[in-house]
Amino acid sequence: MSEYHNDLKHIRNIMERSTTFLSLSGLSGVGAGFAALAGVLVTFFILDRNQISYFDGKPNSINPETEIEIAIVALITLVLGLTSGLWFSWQKSQKQNLPFWTSSAKELLIAGAMPLLAGGLFSIILWKYDLFFLIAPAMLIFYGLALLSASKYTHKDIFYLGFCEVVLGLIAALVPGYGLVFWGLGFGILHIFYGTMMYYKYK
Amino acid sequence: MKKNIDITYINKDFESRVRLGIMSALMVKDWVTFVDMKEILQLSDGNLASHAAALENKKYIEVKKAFIGKKPETSYRATPEGRSAFQKHIEALEKLIHRL
Repeated sequence: MSEYHNDLKHIRNIMERSTTFLSLSGLSGVGAGFAALAGVLVTFFILDRNQISYFDGKPNSINPETEIEIAIVALITLVLGLTSGLWFSWQKSQKQNLPFWTSSAKELLIAGAMPLLAGGLFSIILWKYDLFFLIAPAMLIFYGLALLSASKYTHKDIFYLGFCEVVLGLIAALVPGYGLVFWGLGFGILHIFYGTMMYYKYK
Repeated sequence: MKKNIDITYINKDFESRVRLGIMSALMVKDWVTFVDMKEILQLSDGNLASHAAALENKKYIEVKKAFIGKKPETSYRATPEGRSAFQKHIEALEKLIHRL
């Protein structure tokens, strides 16, 4: 009789395995979160050194060198975040003997890539028009939308994380001047929080 | 007597673990390639091919062969008959478990 039970378990397991990317590790989120916080800190110091107070809420005139400096910090942060994200999930898939590059992994990537790409380009456009105060909210909103769309192919927690990012982005847009703080909250703190939770949940 | 009715839906064609796995994957996905199916079920080539052929003979799944460049690629999809037969099989399993 437990044979039937095992059959049902097997069915459920295969159904889950064929539609969800299970290798996503909570540590990926934690790693990306710390990379984001480090990026925020460095940016803050750069602004501080140039005697720019980010909290004025006024459009600041930033000299071109500082702009480039911040863009480089942002790029390094992005690379660090992505690398740690991929690394920990790859590790998890190896440890648990799960296939990594599955069709769900591809679907997850495609679902997430479109909003991310649009968000990235939109942020560059905002930068072009010197609308710096909208860059952080735009990144949060587009990233949240990317997570919402990708969540169909992985753990449900990603849906809630995406929702929080969108809400945070909208609030950030209403409170100009605090973009860096909200960015740190969304990409740093939320990632670390959800990452830790998911790490223990899906051990 | 009522008990026997359920058992008639326990489908012998799905008794093998491999066939159960193939059908499970095809219930939740549309077309699944041979390579992806192998990964999902962690099977060898021959094992998957023979069980898939058996399900195809029963008309539970359909097979599509396409060419990606020069490489042949085989994909599977559940037929409506296969879906309903498998659905009944799952329901029968569930009823049997709840009875115990």
